[in-house]
Amino acid sequence: MKHLLDKLNSTKLDNRIRLGVMSMLMVNDWVGFGAIKEMLGLTDGNLASHIKVLEKEGYIDLKKEFIGRKPQTSYTATIAGRKAFDDHLKALEALLKGG
Amino acid sequence: MVKKWKLTFAASIFLSLLCDSKYFYNILSMVETHNEHLETLTQIRSLMERSSRFISLSGLSGVAAGVWALLGAAAVYLYLDVPVFSSKHLYYEILHNGKWGMPYETFFVLDATIVFVLALVSGIFFTTRKAKKQGQKTWDAMAGRMLVNLAIPLVAGGIFCLVLYKNGVYGLVAPATLIFYGLALVNGGKYTFVDIRNLGITEIILGCIGLYYPGFGLELWALGFGILHIVYGLLIYYKHERKIDHEVS
Repeated sequence: MKHLLDKLNSTKLDNRIRLGVMSMLMVNDWVGFGAIKEMLGLTDGNLASHIKVLEKEGYIDLKKEFIGRKPQTSYTATIAGRKAFDDHLKALEALLKGG
Repeated sequence: MVKKWKLTFAASIFLSLLCDSKYFYNILSMVETHNEHLETLTQIRSLMERSSRFISLSGLSGVAAGVWALLGAAAVYLYLDVPVFSSKHLYYEILHNGKWGMPYETFFVLDATIVFVLALVSGIFFTTRKAKKQGQKTWDAMAGRMLVNLAIPLVAGGIFCLVLYKNGVYGLVAPATLIFYGLALVNGGKYTFVDIRNLGITEIILGCIGLYYPGFGLELWALGFGILHIVYGLLIYYKHERKIDHEVS
């Protein structure tokens, strides 16, 4: 049990918001900052700080482009990010089954 | 010797008690986090679903489209004045002068257009209603993505059918519309309920069977656009919407 809990906390996905962002990126190729913000109901600053963590961890990639005159940043999950997400879910499931 | 035994026995009981209490605490915290983890998993599931699929699509719009299609087919039977499943080879000749003040081509196009517009309007109506109930936007990125993917095979099929018609291959027009419509649903179904994909596959099978029976285009349309829409519409409604309706009312 202890081992499983350690596994859960070892990734940076123990946070609800970061897990939410990753959930969206798992099923979509690229998702814009605004779309994530809207779906999760967050403020700009709050989301930005969590995204920074994911970026630092190498879980997500970003691209910046102009849509009309507005700059937009979109995100995608990296292979490492997908693996981390899968592992996290597996650990969660194992915990639930064990409990 | 006996004393040593007693000591070890006491020590082991003490140890096991200690373990038990530790275990006990573990269980307590586990029950607490268990619900939390379960909630997290449910949230992840819902997020993945909402961010990748257009789930405001209403089953009732399918039912409505099916009803309009059946009414449209009934209108054609009335116009031609023939019973269902009868051979329709002769009436085009008979009806060359038209009925109800218009030739049969005009009537068919008019009938089909009215059915299409009514189906579209009721589809938008029921879907908007469902989105409002769910507290979501009707038009989002998912809706757009679904429509674009729906449109690709549909436009290709439309052109294909026009060419069939131009070349006088009338018998294949009806099955071809069903096949391309089915392909469109399979393609667009990736971005909404799985049932839409299944409806698409059923339409394709029906269209392929229809290729061998070119005289029964109208029956094929009534079955594919009428009955199947109603059946799958009800299926989607009972699977995904009844709950929402109950919760709201």
